[in-house]
Amino acid sequence: MARGGNGGSGRKGDERTKNEEEDDEEDEENGGRELEAWERAYADERSWEDLQEDESGLLRPIDTKTIAHAQYRRRLLQRSVHGTSRIQKGLIRYLYVVIDLSRAASETDYHPSRMSVVAKCAGTFIREFFDQNPLSHVGLVTIKEGVSQCLTELGGCPDSQIKALMGKLECSGDASLQNALDLVHGYLSQVPSYGHREVLILYSALNTCDPGDIMETIKLCKKAKIRCSIVGLSAEIYICKHLCEETGGLYSVALDEPHFKELLLEYAPPPPAIAEYAIANLIKMGFPQRGAEGALSICSCHREAKIGGGYTCPRCKARVCELPLECRICGLTLVSSPHLARSYHHLFPVTPFNEVSHTLPIRLQQKFPQNCFGCQQSLISHGSKSNPHVSCPKCSQHFCLDCDIYIHESLHNCPGCESQRQQGT
Amino acid sequence: MASAPSKLYSDDVSLVVVLLDANPFFWAAGAGGGNHPAATLPFAKFLDHVIPFLNSLLLMNQLNQVVLIATGINTCGYIYDSGNGGPEGSDNVSEISSEILLRLEEFVCKDRKIGKGTERAMGGSVSSLLSGSLSLALCYVQKVFRSGAIHPQPRILCLQASPDGPEQYVAVMNAIFSAQRSMVPIDSCVVGVQHSAFLQQASYITGGIYLKPPQLDGLFQYLAAVFATDLQSRNFLQLPKPAGVDFRASCFCHKKTIDMGYVCSVCLSIFCQHQRKCSTCGSEFNQAPREPNSASDTIRKA
Repeated sequence: MARGGNGGSGRKGDERTKNEEEDDEEDEENGGRELEAWERAYADERSWEDLQEDESGLLRPIDTKTIAHAQYRRRLLQRSVHGTSRIQKGLIRYLYVVIDLSRAASETDYHPSRMSVVAKCAGTFIREFFDQNPLSHVGLVTIKEGVSQCLTELGGCPDSQIKALMGKLECSGDASLQNALDLVHGYLSQVPSYGHREVLILYSALNTCDPGDIMETIKLCKKAKIRCSIVGLSAEIYICKHLCEETGGLYSVALDEPHFKELLLEYAPPPPAIAEYAIANLIKMGFPQRGAEGALSICSCHREAKIGGGYTCPRCKARVCELPLECRICGLTLVSSPHLARSYHHLFPVTPFNEVSHTLPIRLQQKFPQNCFGCQQSLISHGSKSNPHVSCPKCSQHFCLDCDIYIHESLHNCPGCESQRQQGT
Repeated sequence: MASAPSKLYSDDVSLVVVLLDANPFFWAAGAGGGNHPAATLPFAKFLDHVIPFLNSLLLMNQLNQVVLIATGINTCGYIYDSGNGGPEGSDNVSEISSEILLRLEEFVCKDRKIGKGTERAMGGSVSSLLSGSLSLALCYVQKVFRSGAIHPQPRILCLQASPDGPEQYVAVMNAIFSAQRSMVPIDSCVVGVQHSAFLQQASYITGGIYLKPPQLDGLFQYLAAVFATDLQSRNFLQLPKPAGVDFRASCFCHKKTIDMGYVCSVCLSIFCQHQRKCSTCGSEFNQAPREPNSASDTIRKA
């Protein structure tokens, strides 16, 4: 009753975060082939993974909430180790996503095939990437039959990129790392110097079939300050590792689909700004105003007459439909102030909260607040023992684990600190 | 998955989180009379409009839920949650209003007590902690999302009186983007002197309604006619259209609103003139600003 069309996992559903539910939705949309009911029981639900053995050898269901929270804390602490010392991040990124569509991509160890898993996750990644880096650009390159092809040029619109990718989904032939790098190197060398040049390769193959010396190409990439990262789908390969080490990127190999997705999404938040990689600069930008409703004008992006809406470039007065983009007429970068504001949370992150120990004597625990400051959920479980929860080191308000995740992953504000008047401002 | 099962539940059950501005500076300003909104609508009268509105929300559907959060100048706090009502459904209208008034009085006292000593330093017009109450409201809404596939449709209504606080810009924008991601509309009803740029953007980005009622005497009518309907029924109504939102930025150096400016590539700070060094992140700019078409290098010395 509760979850139509996806019977069987209702028990787990309550504990899932909303985020995961969204992912599920995509799973269902892109499932493609209809599965038999008995197949589905094994392929989708993986019921055995919900169980784990405890110390005495008994099977019990996994406490998904605690695990999710532990995973999140690991991620958060990792990030804060990198990020606390400086507030400089590479917020303007030029990223090429290279997708391996060689023969190896048709393997079915991922369900239904590597290729469709890669395409689906790449779609999610591109959306997440633009959400976190609104002023960045992404382009798509595919490797097929030993040659690499530019699928889409660097651009700022996630929908057109994803559409182009989904339309070109077939694989054959060998993979060539060198051809892909050469192509991307050619494109990225034209990028302005303040931008961070990055390549993210989603590599299915176990070999690379190159026309020349790949080491030369790696040197070229290093010289052009292109950060190359690879997510492998099969096994670790020496040349991939070498490439990533040389160019300052990361190399990881996915175990299964959820792991692949997790690895991929780690590339969405902006990397720390490295002075040698991108020269800090002031960029001239325009902040166009929304055009008056009902005014008729010809837009410069679609070249057709449109009524109302749209934005007017402050320098050349051309009309554009969407922001952010570069004005087609005068080349001015056009953004709106919310686009810039969307990135500010990377620069002013919320301090990680401290875990409140629940091994303290009851007497001390009774001094703690009984409800989560954020959502008013009770922090007291059966008896008077308090649940595991966290507290903010700055405002020392207590929060439940769910709010902790929400505050750091999505809200980027500490409700406690925001509910205090800051001194000196 | 979030939308389909909730439709099974019923699409007109709402959770309304109301953020009530309890800024003492604003509401006290009416004592001098004149054109100030608080003179025509003192705080007590304002509550006479708001509390019946909350009651009418609860009347529209027996599953509707109302949460009231007060926005102060030194703290924010939950005032009332209709979901916490007694199990026998004992909450009748007069009990609700007396509970709200009692808790609100406690809140105002607490707000004043925390602010003791700093008051003099803050000067005349002080903004309320909108970012705090918005963050609280979003945390509460997330709890409702977590409560399972069956939950009421949440929305947030800001009853804002005091002017925006520029120092809250980043925090308010963070809250707005988070609301946008979880598809929670932020409605705003501004009873203050000027328009609120924060709330104009909030309502525009999250798809809520922004309204600044011209006649405060009829506040209840505005609330009931515009903000009481559930999200589903809004599709059938003629509601106030956004009059145009100013998305121009203001520069960090002079706080001027500009339509062309320079942006630091590292931290995205906005400046109206070319700088040698970014005042926010400390990056040094050794090159002249990049200008695609013209070669106007203003500071070239060599």
